[in-house]
Amino acid sequence: MHRTIAISVNGTPLEVPSGATVAAAVLQAGATSRVSVRGEPRQPLCGMGICYECRVEIDGRPHQRSCQILCLPGMQVTTE
Amino acid sequence: MSEVFDVVVVGAGPGGLAAAATAAETGLKVCLIDDNPAPGGQIWRSSVLKGPSADAAGWMRRLAERQVEVRSGCRAVVAGGLTCAGARTLRLESQRGYADIGFGALILATGARERFLPFPGWTLPGVFGAGGLQAFVKSGFQIAGKRVVIAGTGPLLMAVAANLRAAGARIAAVIEQAPWPQLAQFSSWLAFSRPGKLIEGAAYGLKLLGVPCRTGAWVTRASAAGAEVEQRLHSVTVSTGRDSTEIETDLLAVGFHLVPNTELAQLLHCRLEHGYVKADAFQRASVERIYGIGELTAIGGVEKAQVEGRIAALAVAGRFEDARALFPARDRWMRFARRLDAAFALREELRTLADGDTTVCRCEDVTQKELAGCRSWREAKLHTRCGMGPCQGRICGPATQFLFGWSAPAPRPPLFPVEIAALEEPFAQAVVETGQPVSSSST
Ligand SMILES: Cc1cc2nc3c(=O)[nH]c(=O)nc-3n(C[C@H](O)[C@H](O)[C@H](O)COP(=O)(O)OP(=O)(O)OC[C@H]3O[C@@H](n4cnc5c(N)ncnc54)[C@H](O)[C@@H]3O)c2cc1C
Ligand code: FES
Repeated sequence: MHRTIAISVNGTPLEVPSGATVAAAVLQAGATSRVSVRGEPRQPLCGMGICYECRVEIDGRPHQRSCQILCLPGMQVTTE
Repeated sequence: MSEVFDVVVVGAGPGGLAAAATAAETGLKVCLIDDNPAPGGQIWRSSVLKGPSADAAGWMRRLAERQVEVRSGCRAVVAGGLTCAGARTLRLESQRGYADIGFGALILATGARERFLPFPGWTLPGVFGAGGLQAFVKSGFQIAGKRVVIAGTGPLLMAVAANLRAAGARIAAVIEQAPWPQLAQFSSWLAFSRPGKLIEGAAYGLKLLGVPCRTGAWVTRASAAGAEVEQRLHSVTVSTGRDSTEIETDLLAVGFHLVPNTELAQLLHCRLEHGYVKADAFQRASVERIYGIGELTAIGGVEKAQVEGRIAALAVAGRFEDARALFPARDRWMRFARRLDAAFALREELRTLADGDTTVCRCEDVTQKELAGCRSWREAKLHTRCGMGPCQGRICGPATQFLFGWSAPAPRPPLFPVEIAALEEPFAQAVVETGQPVSSSST
């Protein structure tokens, strides 16, 4: 058994394996990450910190690159 | 006050890990920095299911034995000039703030990223980079049972297909744009090389499993289903130039080989050649005491990165004869890199995939028709904000280069968006000198 971590994505509880990134959690929750300038929903693209499509709010801090950040217990993730 | 190291290595992929360990084992004081949460770079990214890669762990043990300072989650954003101690400095940014670090020699091992080419629907949720989707799966996205089309070009596609399948994905198709005759030349050479065997093995395994693999074909459109705000990928259209078919899928993983992350090297005034960092036989870049290794000098894979890392480290330590002994291996991988470039050269048809309404710059939502009227990257930036978003042209730059032939101007600091405070502080005086002096003599 792998250890899991409990976080929330847009207020909904989610269990993720320990070591998961926030971007993976957002995808697992079926959410999109941000809304583009013209109002299109977007999801993470590159997985390596380059494209900035994975920006979300984490514990109240906006515009965090979620593919480079690991989930921590109790983290609250809010997407656009 | 900032700390000074004999050697700072930027990038903890295979190249950077090999360079840091080799340098430390010659007695130099080494710091290895990387912006990912853990070392390993792209290929050795640790997996939530399988744990850290065994290869990366092997190097990490050697780093620990020599007390190499490893700073993960940390990116180099600004480069400073000479300080009183003769060292130069880099400004690093992390979640915790920023710090300055001085170096006697700097080994750049910043690796590569995927090239993305715009086509209608490529911005839809459900469309990812090929290596990108693999990274999300390794970092916790469960893909079991999902249908995936893997498309674009490059040896990465086969590796991704094999890995995603092992994670339980249903691979609907692998679509490689390069025509078979072009690949065949490469694959006869492949049969005699180690990475070649791996790629071939993956391709063979997929065939046995009945995964349709097509060459000389490419995705022309990703189509959506669902209401306006809930839009998700539903199917992709695949063309061979003569006919086209539609494939229903949950996810599309698409990437067009790799482009090197040369921005930091450029900021440090290192010369480029054919888009790669120009390095001599000892991996020395055009600027004194700066070295370029791995994907930065040519896209050639994990073995090339490691041997170049070792050569650079030995050269920094002044062990030129030991470095020279590694030249034949390095040169073999260089030839492999050139063959890769030729085998996976992009076909002309890809230039016309984007229609007028296709987004080219994802950060600022600039479309193809807005850009088609511009004559240069500079003009495009001025009139459309293309490349002015947070990715700073890393995604749309290589795309517009292919579509319009524009070359992007040299990057300016900071290399990534940072908080203003991190920029305004003057560089710390680097006065701590430790370790043995760094050789910069030539042979
Ligand atoms: C998304 C992706 C997936 C890949 N998957 C595979 C695969 O499955 N199999 C395979 O054979 N090959 C794969 N490759 C190719 C493989 O990555 C390379 O062959 C090999 O890893 C090259 O090693 P490297 O040391 O040159 O660079 P990399 O492994 O790319 O490492 C470079 C490191 O530098 C870091 N970095 C860059 N800029 C900075 C900065 N300014 N500050 C701090 N750190 C920085 C990066 O985050 C990265 O960790 C993949 C490539 C990509 C881009
Ligand atoms: S997915 Fe591209 S920066 Fe995070």
